Amino acid sequence: MTLIRRTVLGALAALPLAALAPQAHAADTIVLGEVNSYTRLPAFTEPYKKGWQLAVEQINAAGGVSGKQLEVISRDDTGDPATAIRIAEELVSKEGAVLIFGTFLSNIGLAVSDFAKQKEVLFLASEPLSDAIVWSKGNKYTYRLRPSTHMQAAMLAEEAAKLDAVKWATVAPNYAYGQDAVAAFKRELSKLRPDVEFVEEQWPPVFKIDAGSTVRALEASKPDAIFNVTFGGDLAKFVREGSLRFLFEDRDVVSLLTGEPEYLQPLAGEAPEGWIVTGYPATDITTDEHKAFADAYIEKFGEEPKTGSIVGYNSVLAIAAALEKAGSTDTEALLAAMEGLTVESSPTGPFTFRAADHQSTMGAYVGKTGLVDGNPVMVDWSYADGADYLPSEEEAAGMRPAE
Amino acid sequence: MGFYFAQLLTGLANASSLFLIASGLSIIFGVTRIVNFAHGSFYMVGAYLAYTLVTMWSGSVLGFWGGVILAAVAVGLLGLVIELTILRRIYKAPELFQLVATFGVVLIVQDATLAIWGAEDLLGPRAPGLDRAVRIMGEPIPEYDLALIAIGPAVLLAIWLLFHRTRWGVLVRAATQDREMVGALGVNQAWLFSAAFVLGAFLAGLGGALQIPREAVSLQMDLSIIGEAFVVVVIGGMGSVSGAFVAAVLISVLNAFAILVFPQISIVLPFVVMAVVLIVRPYGLFGKPGSEHGSPEEPDQPLALVSQRSAMVMATAVAMLALSPAVAADFTMILLVDVMVATLFAVSLHFMMGIGGMVSFGHAAYFGVGAYGAAMAVKFFGFGMLPAMVFGPVCAAMAAIFFGWFCVRLSGVYLAMLTLAAAQILWGVTFQWQDFTGGDDGILGVWPAKWASSDQVYFYVAFVLCIGGIWFLRRAAHSPFGYTLRGIRDSQTRAEAIGINTNLHQWMGFALAGGFAGLAGVVFAFSKGSVFPDSLGIAQSIDGLIMVLLGGIHALAGPIFGAVAFVMIEDWVTRLDYWRFIFGAIILIVVLLAPDGIAGGVRRLLRAVKGGAA
Repeated sequence: MTLIRRTVLGALAALPLAALAPQAHAADTIVLGEVNSYTRLPAFTEPYKKGWQLAVEQINAAGGVSGKQLEVISRDDTGDPATAIRIAEELVSKEGAVLIFGTFLSNIGLAVSDFAKQKEVLFLASEPLSDAIVWSKGNKYTYRLRPSTHMQAAMLAEEAAKLDAVKWATVAPNYAYGQDAVAAFKRELSKLRPDVEFVEEQWPPVFKIDAGSTVRALEASKPDAIFNVTFGGDLAKFVREGSLRFLFEDRDVVSLLTGEPEYLQPLAGEAPEGWIVTGYPATDITTDEHKAFADAYIEKFGEEPKTGSIVGYNSVLAIAAALEKAGSTDTEALLAAMEGLTVESSPTGPFTFRAADHQSTMGAYVGKTGLVDGNPVMVDWSYADGADYLPSEEEAAGMRPAE
Repeated sequence: MGFYFAQLLTGLANASSLFLIASGLSIIFGVTRIVNFAHGSFYMVGAYLAYTLVTMWSGSVLGFWGGVILAAVAVGLLGLVIELTILRRIYKAPELFQLVATFGVVLIVQDATLAIWGAEDLLGPRAPGLDRAVRIMGEPIPEYDLALIAIGPAVLLAIWLLFHRTRWGVLVRAATQDREMVGALGVNQAWLFSAAFVLGAFLAGLGGALQIPREAVSLQMDLSIIGEAFVVVVIGGMGSVSGAFVAAVLISVLNAFAILVFPQISIVLPFVVMAVVLIVRPYGLFGKPGSEHGSPEEPDQPLALVSQRSAMVMATAVAMLALSPAVAADFTMILLVDVMVATLFAVSLHFMMGIGGMVSFGHAAYFGVGAYGAAMAVKFFGFGMLPAMVFGPVCAAMAAIFFGWFCVRLSGVYLAMLTLAAAQILWGVTFQWQDFTGGDDGILGVWPAKWASSDQVYFYVAFVLCIGGIWFLRRAAHSPFGYTLRGIRDSQTRAEAIGINTNLHQWMGFALAGGFAGLAGVVFAFSKGSVFPDSLGIAQSIDGLIMVLLGGIHALAGPIFGAVAFVMIEDWVTRLDYWRFIFGAIILIVVLLAPDGIAGGVRRLLRAVKGGAA
């Protein structure tokens, strides 16, 4: 019995050896490694995947980068940082990926960024919002595309400062994203309006909000306005319980990310009206670049683009621009190219990766929620350029650990 | 005053939701002794089906309630199908083995739901006629909350009548108390089990369906409810429906008031309450001694000593592993390190469960403490890699000594749930205490020392620690200490009668297993370079549990088989679309082919081959 057991064990241990030889890729392709939480958070990562697929298809159809075709090898990180690192390693050393991009959850983004630093490979954090990725835990090998928690909170603080409200209450999911968002909003709003005070904060566990009790706790503090960071299923519950219990009557609500179609559309006819939000008004954007993108996207996938789509699309645009500028796939050359890299034309307008803190200046749309024909949309929106909501490059560089 | 009364009503409405799902779980456990992980999946499917039906017939009162009931009935039928095709075949398997099958079902249902209803959250209509709030003592209370407050006790009453006024109910209660006697009296157990499972699934489906007016239906519903449902069942006492009701009210009302004072408390509150209740009342509020164990089973065969030939084979296998860096590529080393870490973790859990007879649902606590201990030693005390690698397991063993002291006083599922509570409390502290542990941003930069930084060298570091740990635990199982633990496992009373201090031995066994889980955690931390609260989360504990049970709890090689198979299969399937479905299906196939675990299956296969040859 033991004999077979050990033989089987030995055979299993040797199994990966069979797949030893590095995968042969044609010399005229550039392999990009991609990791994201496809099974854990499909509602956000599916549109993102479609976004980068479209960009890769378009770039390859137009002749690729420096005459080479792009090939993305995409893997599911199962929502676990340890798995994400194993996959990143495999993408780099087995698949021959020249860089890694992707990730949605902040802890996975941080884990992969630390891996990138250790293994000296470029990592473009597409979706995670955590400020730590570029600031307190930033490193030489990691760049981030999406406007961060701080930037989006600062955009909302600017709007919030224009309100008469003085007494504010906050509600945010109890983890780093929620905590960072509330801290940034408080800091920025207090700068603009030293007279405001924060009278209540609620910290429901993420995806497990006890909405009725939370709403009542907020109500009890009688705030003039509420800053909301809950999203997804928590947001739906919060909106339902809140409107049933008149929490939003005669109160301003400022809400992070709620204008993104991923979060707004599931609310359907019950979406609150007049909330000040950051988000993405999708097909209402009429710039030529965005129209071309949206038309191609709808043509290919039969649905409107979401925030994830634009992030995925812009990720590949940025990578293509970096490869073009670097003229090689060598990591040092790519890092040099990423510093201060400007993508001149994207559906959301031009954006630059700042040399000092590796954050892109891609912005977000700030506006109000509204209902048009019973469908939730963003109204009165405008594009907020990310560059205007970032600390100066010197200040940002000072927040990063010494290399 | 009005404010507090309204807060109480809010808590009671939540209690009704929680009670519906917990009652079904409690009935299923009481009768069949199955720890049903798939209960959350029934809840989620109930919600999705109700969403479809209620939206289809939207607007009418009859359409809403008809849709809710129909969805619950459909979930009951789904439960019947699962019971007949899978669970019925494995009731004779070792204790808790059915849990692996329900885990497979969870994976399959997740992907099936995604395929049918899509990724986006779905917001159903509100209940017609109950879509507003009424003022009570000046405070707005949603009408639907009031309806829920009535539905909870009504369902409790219905279950009570069913159990006390029908012959079937009498049989269910009898089976909850003594299954063998019920069988001996000629009652068709198979039929009784099916019916109890269907009733449990129906209640879970009803619980999910009734959430439609309150929340958006989402793919996270299954896992977000299951932990709390178990907590409620355990606080109430396994198998006690009225206990589940009291516990649901206790948890929900406490939460409604606690968040007024400590807004952050929600993440650990249920587990703190459970820990306190179990320490004071080891069988929950209304549980009875004897309700803690799974199906009665044959005592284990004594562990056989290894023959000389097998020892040589083992040595060859280990040598092959040792030589693999010569031929394998870097990424293979990484995978092999993951395999070794998982194997040591599973072996340490098996030492506790298989040798010590103490089931743990929270073994990740010690894995995580080991990992965090090492990471913090590096970050705060500037330890090098090797001292940190000593420090981590010591921390883990200390934590195990602390929590073990409470845990070994309990037994069976209650012990398992107290280990879960301990793990969740540790997780909550790690998650919340940002300044110290980094919160969910974790601790970064925990990479191996310069000399060990190449994948090959680190492979050997991991090899020495993991294989050494596995070897040590194997020796411990055959040592006098191991014999004593096995004696206590097989009969606590007889062990006590011959003068063994059973609590002390179990406590030390717990600490030893915790220390080696910590060693696995340390190797893990340095191989990944960062630690996050996930490493002490429920998912990590469950993975270990599945590895041990799937491998076969009655053999020392079981956890090794289980861990290697689990990590390898997972690494392979995650490359495919709908991999959770495939993974779940593989688990179910293994479960059905080898109800005694992979080790048992291999043993039978070998016997058949030998028999054929002779």
